[in-house]
Parts: sequence; structure tokens; C-alpha cells
Amino acid sequence: MKNVNLEKNSIVVDKISKHYDGFSLENVSFKLPKGCIMGFIGENGAGKSTTIKIILDLVKQESGNVSVLGDNAKNANVREDIGVVFDEGCFPDEINADNLKNSFKYIYKNWDSNVFDDYLKRFSIPNKKNMKDFSRGMKMKLAIAVALSHKAKLLVLDEATSGLDPIVREQILDVFMEFIQNEENSILLSSHIVSDLEKVCDYITFIHEGKILLSKEKDLLMEEYGLLKCSKKELENVPQDAIERVRENQFGVEALVKRNKIGRAFTIDKATLEDIMLFMIRGNKVC
Amino acid sequence: MNIIISNSSNKPIYEQITNQIKNIIIAGEMTTGDVLPSMRLLAKELRISVITTKRAYEELEREGFIETVTGKGSFVADKNPELLREEHLKRIEEHLIHACDIAKVAKISEEELAVMLKLIYEE
Repeated sequence: MKNVNLEKNSIVVDKISKHYDGFSLENVSFKLPKGCIMGFIGENGAGKSTTIKIILDLVKQESGNVSVLGDNAKNANVREDIGVVFDEGCFPDEINADNLKNSFKYIYKNWDSNVFDDYLKRFSIPNKKNMKDFSRGMKMKLAIAVALSHKAKLLVLDEATSGLDPIVREQILDVFMEFIQNEENSILLSSHIVSDLEKVCDYITFIHEGKILLSKEKDLLMEEYGLLKCSKKELENVPQDAIERVRENQFGVEALVKRNKIGRAFTIDKATLEDIMLFMIRGNKVC
Repeated sequence: MNIIISNSSNKPIYEQITNQIKNIIIAGEMTTGDVLPSMRLLAKELRISVITTKRAYEELEREGFIETVTGKGSFVADKNPELLREEHLKRIEEHLIHACDIAKVAKISEEELAVMLKLIYEE
């Protein structure tokens, strides 16, 4: 019996840095509270996977600390409690779901074959079909089934839902929502496709060129920013400190603005997470 | 119990939830002591963030519509007639602010607006 864990956060990343040739992760910090889903977003190559590998102790950081479930992923007990799904299916071609079941019961102490069978049925995954004949969606669903069949408390998914059709993504989101019905469980989900994340994520952490641009509650983020579409002339009347980023075209401007600083005189559209991401990366600052 | 979330609404999702639950309580569809769905269940069914449903429930609790008992769930609180009146007044105010904003933009005077209100009320 393990000690009851009183730690409020399932992941704490504290100022981690790692340098590679041509890329560095600098002072990355964020916290994922228990019972929550965090969307970890950023362009390809922004540092999402590197950060996740450091969290999972697959890559060693040069400085900073990581705590996972109140401990460290070095610890085998902690690893038991983490379900991991990577972008590319990581199972060999000549293996089927039944083979996996028979192997994993020796790998994970808490492996539950009944739970695994239930997921296979639910996801309509055949037991005897070889992995090489699986579609991308099937591989992903199978990987998620494995991740959820050993009583994990933390799910870490790196680009797992990208490239899947809307029906499969929907099925997977359902499973996520079921998983966090237990308030001890949490999910870290990295993606560059943000639309489906918008729905269920509690927190958004946005990484760009190896640095965290923001990490906060999704609802606060959506309330904080809005889109203003107007002419260049009209933009001059907008309080400067309300304008976060601007994108100009020949016929007008679009600006990502802070709602609380702009006043009621302007019509502000909702900014989606994708808008915020695009503006933060591609938009210009007003000086 | 129906809760419908609209993505095209200008109101944040938590506010849409609080408003609809308030309406359900005000209309008497749920009465004192009735159990509300758990925050996590509501989030799951509506496919929204748990923090959003939590915030909605906290808001309802602060305004005295529901009570949350740790480990037991959330219940409809004792109805307070003052509170309901207050709630209605607040909503009317919201609509009137909106009407006044339009009037100001269109340069319609306070008097004209007052006459209009009187006519509509007496209809």
C-alpha cells in the first residue's frame, strides 16, 4: 500500500533548461494540478517533446527540477503510475493486441487485462490483427488502451490526437473525460492541433522557441484576449497597452487585444486558442 | 434538467451554466435539497473543462442558489424571495444597459427612451 500522496500537483516543472545544437529549452516552468487536463501547445519544434521527455526522465535536463506525482519518473513506482502515448505507434509491426496483453501483464504490476479487453471492444480493435495492418487511428487507440489499462494516475500524450479523424478524436476525448472523473488523475496532452483541446482542457501551456509564453487556466485565457478587426486609422484610437499583437493586410488590420483594457466602445470578437497561438507567433508587436 | 452551451454566445461558458441553473431553480424545476450533477460529470457530459463547471458552481454558491458539501455534492439551497427579486433586477439592468448603449450610439434621448419603455410596459 502506497502512502497517500498529499501533493496537489501531478507535474511540477521548475526552470528546466537543455541545450542542443540549434535549439535550446530555457527556464521552462509550469504546474499541472491533479484532476486537470493541460494542453501543451506550440509549433512543431517548439520544444514540446523535449520537455515531455525530460518530465518522463528519458532525457536529462541541464538545470532545473521536475516532480512527477510528488516524486521523480526515475522511480519505478512512479513509472507504474504514468500512462504514456507517443506520436508514432511504438509497438513492433509483427505483434497483435493479444500479444501485447500477454506481455504487459508481466511489465506493469497493476496491469488489468479485463480493462484492456473492454477498451479493445469499445475501440473496435481486433485481437489477432498484426500492428503493420493497423491504421494510424487504430494504432493510437491501441496505445491509449494500453496506457489506461494499468491504473495510471497520469496520462502523458505527445501529439497523440494529431492526424486522427474527428470521430476517433471524439472517442478519445470521451475516454479522457472518463479518466478524470477521478480527481486524483490528470492528463498532459501536447498538440499543435488546438481546436479539440479547446473543449476539454483546464490549463493551457504555450511554448515557443523553447520558452514558455504562457501557462494558465484556459477560461481566463479566453476571457483575457479578443480579436479586433478594423482599419489602420481606427486602430490608432485603441489604447496602446490593450494591443497585444497586430497583423496587417492591404485592406485593414486584425489585432489581438486585451479585453479588460480596451473599453466597451469597440466590438471584440472571440479569439480562439488557434488565433491566440497564431498572433503570438506571427503577429507584430506595436511599438 | 437541460443545459445547453452555445459557442456563438458572447457569454462565457461558466456564465451560461450559472444562468441556466438559476433559471431552473427560479422556475421551480428543482427545489430545495435537490441534488445537482457533480462538477466532473457535468464537465464530461458537456465536454468542457472541469474548472469551468467548478467556477459555475462556485458562482451559484456565492449567490446563494446552491450549497456544496465536500464529499457529498451540491444541492439546491433554501429559496430566498429577496434573492430571486435581486436576480431579476440584475437581469433587467443588463438589458437596460444594452438598450441605453444602442440609444446613445443612435443619439436617441433619455426622454424618448423612457416613453418607449412606458409604452412597452403597458402593452
